[in-house]
This record gives sequence, C-alpha cells and structure tokens, in this order.
Amino acid sequence: MAAHRCVSSALLVFVCVLSVFTVARSQETTPPGGHGAPATDGPQTVTETTGQTAGQPAAEERRWEATEVKEATPDESAAEEQEAPAADTAAPSAGPRPKDDFQEELVIRPLHSGDIYASFQFRTLWETDFTRENKVSHYRLFPKSLGQVISKFSVRELHISFTQGYWRTMQWGQPYQPSPPGAELWVWFQDSVTDVDETWKELTNVLSGIFCASLNFIDSTNTVQPSASFKPLGIVNVTDHRFLRYATLPREIVCTENLTPWKKLLPCGSKAGLAVLMKSEKLFHSSFHSQAVHIRPVSPTSWELRQTLNVVFDLHTSGQGKREWSLFKMFSRTLTEACPLASSSKIYVDVTDNPQGEQFELSPATPLLSQEVVLGDRRTFSVYDLTQQITFGTVRSLNLLIRWKSSEGDMLRPLLHGERYVAGYGLQTGEIHTLMYNYHPYRSFPVLLLDSVPWYLRLYIHTLTVTSKGKDNKPSYIHYQPSKDRLRPHLLEMLVQLPPNSVTEVTVQFERALLKWTEYTPDPNHGFYVGSSVISSLVPSIVAMDTNITQERPLFSSFFPCKEESSYFVRVYTEPLLVNLPTPDFSMPYNVICLTCTVVAVGYGSLYNLLTRSFQIEEPSPGLAKRLANIIRRMRGVPPL
Amino acid sequence: MLILMTLFSSCLFVSSSNIEDNVGNFFSSGHTNNWAVLVCTSRFWFNYRHVANTLSVYRSVKRLGIPDSHIVLMLADDMACNHRNPKPATVFSHKNMELNVYGDDVEVDYRGYEVTVENFLRVLTGRLPPSTPRSKRLLSDDRSNILIYLTGHGGNGFLKFQDSEEISNVELADAFQQMWQKRRYNELLFIIDTCQGASMYERFYSPNLMALASSQVGEDSLSHQPDLAIGVHLMDRYTFYLLEFLEDIHPASKTNMNDLFKVCPKSHCVSTPGHRTDLFLRDPGSVLVTDFFGSVRKVEITVETINLTSPIMQTEEKSAAYGDLQKETYSFSDQLPVSEIIHQKPKQKDWHPPDGFILGLWTLILLVFFKTYGMKHLKHIF
Repeated sequence: MAAHRCVSSALLVFVCVLSVFTVARSQETTPPGGHGAPATDGPQTVTETTGQTAGQPAAEERRWEATEVKEATPDESAAEEQEAPAADTAAPSAGPRPKDDFQEELVIRPLHSGDIYASFQFRTLWETDFTRENKVSHYRLFPKSLGQVISKFSVRELHISFTQGYWRTMQWGQPYQPSPPGAELWVWFQDSVTDVDETWKELTNVLSGIFCASLNFIDSTNTVQPSASFKPLGIVNVTDHRFLRYATLPREIVCTENLTPWKKLLPCGSKAGLAVLMKSEKLFHSSFHSQAVHIRPVSPTSWELRQTLNVVFDLHTSGQGKREWSLFKMFSRTLTEACPLASSSKIYVDVTDNPQGEQFELSPATPLLSQEVVLGDRRTFSVYDLTQQITFGTVRSLNLLIRWKSSEGDMLRPLLHGERYVAGYGLQTGEIHTLMYNYHPYRSFPVLLLDSVPWYLRLYIHTLTVTSKGKDNKPSYIHYQPSKDRLRPHLLEMLVQLPPNSVTEVTVQFERALLKWTEYTPDPNHGFYVGSSVISSLVPSIVAMDTNITQERPLFSSFFPCKEESSYFVRVYTEPLLVNLPTPDFSMPYNVICLTCTVVAVGYGSLYNLLTRSFQIEEPSPGLAKRLANIIRRMRGVPPL
Repeated sequence: MLILMTLFSSCLFVSSSNIEDNVGNFFSSGHTNNWAVLVCTSRFWFNYRHVANTLSVYRSVKRLGIPDSHIVLMLADDMACNHRNPKPATVFSHKNMELNVYGDDVEVDYRGYEVTVENFLRVLTGRLPPSTPRSKRLLSDDRSNILIYLTGHGGNGFLKFQDSEEISNVELADAFQQMWQKRRYNELLFIIDTCQGASMYERFYSPNLMALASSQVGEDSLSHQPDLAIGVHLMDRYTFYLLEFLEDIHPASKTNMNDLFKVCPKSHCVSTPGHRTDLFLRDPGSVLVTDFFGSVRKVEITVETINLTSPIMQTEEKSAAYGDLQKETYSFSDQLPVSEIIHQKPKQKDWHPPDGFILGLWTLILLVFFKTYGMKHLKHIF
C-alpha cells in the first residue's frame, strides 16, 4: 500500500512538473525584456529603467527603419538562392525592393486682400512597367483602387477635380493648379483601346463609385473631344486626339463625402503628416475649395499620382476680421509629425513681399529659405522641414503664425484673365460674351479658347465675332463641331492672338430649345448650367523658367512641363453660366383633367338628365291625423280619405 | 490519484459539452451579414430635417458595426454644403448644435438627382446596369438581414420623391416580393417616417417582413424642434426618439423588437406609431435590435497554424531590356504648340454611307436629267 501511494504521489509530482514546464514554455514567447525585468532585484531597477529609456528611442528608430530591416533578409536569402545557378543577370536586383516614393507639401501664400491661400500637394510615385501586359498585384504606397482603374481601362492620363467656388484671378493671382467650378474630368486613353466611348462610359461609372460623386451623369451629351487643347501632361510618344475625352459637370457639389475617399487614397490616410490638417468643417467654410487627382506617366517605368487640395480662407468668415492667420485658426489642428512613409514633408510660406519682415511677421522663425521659379516669377519661400524633429520645437507641435503689420502693397496684376456672361432678354434668344484680358504692356501671346455648350442652347455660329480694341481679330485656327439634339454638345476651339494691353471679346448668339417634359430636372426653375470656358495660353514670364525636368523641384512648381524659358503655360477658367430655359407648367395636366372632367360632368350630365328624365305625378303625403284615420279605415275595409 | 483523474476528465467533458452548446447557438438567428438601405427623398433647404433623419440612422447603423460597403445611402439634396447652411459640412440633429450627424467619415452613394424611384427600385431588386460600381449595389444574399429606412413627404399610399414623382405602396410590395423570389434577403425591417406612413406597409405580402411607421393613415408625422441659428426644423419627432433609443444600444446589447415598438408613444410623437409583424416568422420578442441595426460578427478563435507559400520572386531582368528601347521616344509634350495647331490637318472623320437626304437629292437630279435629255443618252454614257 505504501509503495502504491509512493508511486501515485510520484506520478502526481511528475504530472505537475510537466504542466508547469509547458506553461513556462508558452510564456517564453512574450518579449524577453518583460520577462527579464521582474526577475532582477531592487538595486538593479535604476539601471534597468535607464536601459529601458535608452531602449525606447532605439525601438522608435527600429520602427522607422522597420521596412528596410525586414527586406534585408529576403534580399540575403534571395541572393543566396541566386548564387547557386549561373548568375548572368545583375545581382543587386534580386528580391522585392521598396520602389514607391511619397512626398507631401503645404504651400501657404498670404494674399493682399487679407485672405490666405493654402495648397496641399501630395505625390506618390509608382514604379511599374506599363508596357508589360501582365497584371500588377503588388501595391505599396499607390492606392490599389486607382491602380486597378488604370490597368482595367487602359488609361494613360487621368485628371479629375472637384471644386466649390470660383477662383478670383484679379484678387488672388494665379492658382498653382487651376480648376473650374463643379466637377471636371479629362482622360487620355492608351492607343490599344478600340472603343473609346464605351470605355469612357464605364470609367465614369467606376469613378463615381470611388469618389462618391454623380459622375455617372457624364454621357455623350456633355462629353467633348478637344482637337488642340488639353495636351497630355505626362510623357508621350505620339499625340492622337481621338483618345482624349473631356467632360465637366458644373452643377456637382463638393462636400465631406468627396473628401473622405480622397483622403483614403493617401498612404498615411488622414492620421499622420499634413493630411491631419484636413478637417472638413474648416475646409468647406471657405471662399474656394478644390480637390483634384492627377495621374500621369513621368517615365517609361513610373507613374505619378498627384493629389492637390487648394483652399482660400476668407478674412471675414474664417478669420473673424483679424489679419492674423495660424495653422490652428485655418485648420483647427496643429502638426505633430510628418508622415512616416514620406521621403520629404515640407511647408513653404511665400515671403517674397516681405523680405525684411515689414509686412507680416512669421513665427516660429526658420533658417531655411528657398527660391523657386513658379508661375513665371521668382518667389522666396520660408521652408519648414517636418522630417526634422527640431521643427516642432520643445512643445512637439508646429503652429505657424502669420501676423500682418501693415496692409500696404499691391499684388502683381496677373497677365491673363477671362470672364463670361450671358446677355439678352427673354426666354427665346440670348448672347454669350467671353472676355479675355491681356494685361502685358507690350507683349502679345496666343490663347486657345475651348467652349463646350450644351445642345439645348442652339448657337448661331454665323454670328460669331472676335474683336480686340474695336477691330476684328481673326483667329488663326478654328475648330467647330455642331451639336446634335440629345446626342452631343457644341464644341468651339479657337486660337486667338491677344494684342498687348487689350480686351478681346468673343460673342455668339444662341436660341433656347424646348425640352421634353421628362428631361427637366426636379427643380427646373433654378436654371441650367453651361460649363466654364477653358483658356489655355503660353504667357510670357518675368524670369527665365527652368526647363530641366529631372532636377529636384518642389511639387507646386513642377506641375506643368516647361519647354521654353521665356514663357510658361497657364490655364484660366471662366465662370459657368446659369441659363433659364422656357419651363412648362408641370401642374398643367392635372388642371386640364380637373377642368375637362368638371365641364363634362356639368354640361353633359345635365343635358342627359333633361333628355331622358320622365316625370311622374306624386300626391303629397297627408298629415299625421289623416294617416292614422286611413289606417283605421283600412282595417275596417272602408276606402281611404 | 484515480479520483483526481476522474474529476479532471469529468471537468473536461463538461466544458466540451458547453462548447457544443455554444456552437449550437452560433447560427441561431439565421443571418450572416447585414445590409442597410437609407433613403431621404426630399429636396430643398426647408426639408433639412429629412436629411438629418437619414443621417442619424446612418450614424447609428455605422456605430453598431455595419460598414460603409454594406450601406447604400441615398440623399436627395445636399444640406451640409448648401450655401444656406451657416455651418458648412455639418448637419445637426439636436438644437444648439449638439450633435453633428454628418461627421467626418461619410460616404453617400446616391446623391442629388440620382435619387429617383427607378434607381431605388433597381437597387432593391438588383437590376442595375453592368457598369454600376459596387458601392452603389445592394449585394445581399439569402442570409442577409436588411434594414430599409425611408423618410420624406408622403400620403395615403404613396411617398414623394424629389417633388416630382411618387412611389406607391403596391410598387414597394411588389419590389419586396421580387427580392423574396430572388432570395435577396433573410429578414427585412422596414421603417418609414412620413405622414400617413402606415399606408406604405399595408400592401406587403412577402414573408419575413417587419414594418414600422411613424404615423397611422389619416395622421401627420410632425417635426421636432427648430433651431433658430440654422432657421429650419432639425429632425422629425419619431426619428428623434428613435435616435435617442439607438444611442443606448451597443453591439452586445440584448434589447429586442418589442422595445423598438414602444419608441415614441403618443405623448411624445403626437401621431401614433404603428408596426406590422404578421408576416414575420419569428416572435418579435426574440428578435434583437442589433439583428438589423448592427452587424454582430461571431468570431471563432483558432490556434492552428497555417504555412504561407514562399514569396513570389518578381522577374526584373526582362524589363530592363524594354526600357532601353523606348526611353528615347518618350518625352513631355508641348502644351500649346501654336505652329502645329495652325497647320493641323482636319480630323479624318469616319466615312458614313450617304444620308437619306443626299441620296434623295441625287436621285432627283438624275431623274430630271434623264427626263429632259431622254433615255437614249444612257447608251453613250455607259
């Protein structure tokens, strides 16, 4: 018995030891630092804590460099694998390597009217060979939704913008990226596309889902194929305008539901870097808000995705009338870090008009200054580099402050400006006037005017006149495509030479068409929109432009490619027009039915009654006493009274 | 020792049977995914409250777990960025601007003129054109619980869309029957907040439908409170109290449908909310509110390990060869090549066969020619 008990107790002890051993082994997978710390004794805790604080920045650094560390091992393993077979290819290209690049910038330009213009620029470079036909499956920084759109619809270039408000060129100068009010989409397709219109229709539907906008309203009635405007902004082999489509929706509204998917295309989202500043409650409470996505190939092996957001904050609505702007006042946020995935993250503040600090004061001060040639002028910028920890100072957050001291000084007048309005009276005819201003004192330059008018405004092209300084100005190139009812709009493209210091007026008369009653919108008395005219031109520049494309330049100055030094390319959009069409009375069918039924009922009914009614004589009913007497008489069998 | 072993093994046995019970409870509600279709049908600034209604239900549904990809949100007009809105990018549900139901992370699938009766019925029945993106489709299956919420102006038997067309209760009932026949839902909860809302669910005849309305036939649904800074009424009463009720629900709560039926009694709502459960197979007391408003996922934790396959090696040697060939021919194009444009050849138009008019004109010319000169000249010509 005792031996049995001994054996059983030994078995129990063995089982207990086994269980403890397995538990200890499972706990070994927790970080050894955590396991080691409670094991040490008291006197060693001081050194332990210092070791831990020293370990923490090392851990942070390890987090920043994590991608490189992880990819070193497949490199080594791949290198080892490739050493065995005969290595006739370049050895360092073994294994996947991070090739995408992301840069972010914020440019702040104080305007002379007291408003402030902020422009966010984000650029993602995607290294891929688009001549290869097989599908790309590895997306690192480039958003997968756009990458799939590009490959599925054989898109070479895609430019889409959503704008709320109209850019006032005379008060604010030229924007870094121009955009018309509403939504604008223009796409260059690859040469391999067989049916461009079909692909265009599918592409607009897919984009309407991605950006939560009603881009599916883009169809053949508002799409045009420009013949000379909208040349590709990326690298090309040959330009055939059969593969270009341009459409604009002037009625499209922009709100948070468009900003949300736009922010999700960024590598860091809205959680780190400059995108933290994009709060919709502040961004939409502004005079002008425009967000755009531009995709183009910049080399045979790389694509560029640029996302730009331009916003102008008004002095009186957002600034409460005080000429003092800060990041917190503009965006209700301050910056605490750069996006960890960005190779460069900078803020540029335009201080050209403030060389000695006499107009406004910029704080915190920064030693970095840079001079860039942008929009034909050399501008000086104060630069804040967010990848350096020193920019954030001791408070670990950056809140730029611009305080105006004096409100003198005029803005340099922009050289090119456009306006458009509808003249005439009544609901039958009218006239469209487009005015183009050339403010250069002695140089003339050519402009290309693109007008796309919907089919329900029937243009009389024989009344088209182009006059400058009172004299007729014959355009050197005209391309006109007439509209077809309910199929396609008018397209008018003209190359006009603007004489120096002049106003050129283009007028054309039109007639309004009657729409079918199902074609009216639910609120037809608001009016119908006509999209903005596009004025593209090569404007003479004040300083020599940089034609070297491969040089490192900030994003806002390298949007339009520059081919010659003496001029730069600019695109100006006019206002959209709001035209009233003759609107029927939609309650008319109901009124007609009521009136007709009433007339028929009263007229025909009474006539029918008169003709078919027959008359019978009826004795009046006797009084109560007589009725009682009649009842008694009937009972007696005597004839009634 | 033996007693210990038996005790141990019996403990294991009991816990395993508990696991089996849990596994049994896994699929008791019958649905595996949740969808929501939220529609606001009114246009114009004074109908701000209908957009606020829809957005407050959207907010609750998102908070309880249904993701944006499973929500079809249709707003007929834009109130947040409307030029009359004194606080842009916000839609408030409580006065003094307490709660912004628009938020910072909203995705509207159908907006503006896209909200029509046709699009609504197409979304429900799934008969959309092939190029419609996924975010605009209701991709439900026979294990989906769908929540449908409609708000706007309505009458006895109809609901007005955008002030220009109506949907009738018969059309709606037929659409649900189509959904049932195509196995597009497991259970469907229909909530409507309009005047005389109960008339919209009178004609339903498909199984597994539960309906709630804010007012009976002959009654009007009233709005809750105006905000003097914004200048319009912010919410309707029924949805206001529904939102208050939903704010207390969290993903693990066990509140059932009977509590939902009690939302907004006549003292608060002035109208009498109604509901219809005769077509529903389960007892409403056993149906959780999160079965429709939330997306409660059952999670199963496994300790098995899965071996991933070896990483894909990208072949880069071939691309280098292609790059050399094409590098010379690609360059940035001139944005305004004036000389090229002036000397541009006219676009080669595709050749179309001659139009009817041209054919008729030439036939007339030929006829006149041959009439005047006689047929004998034909021999000389041909």
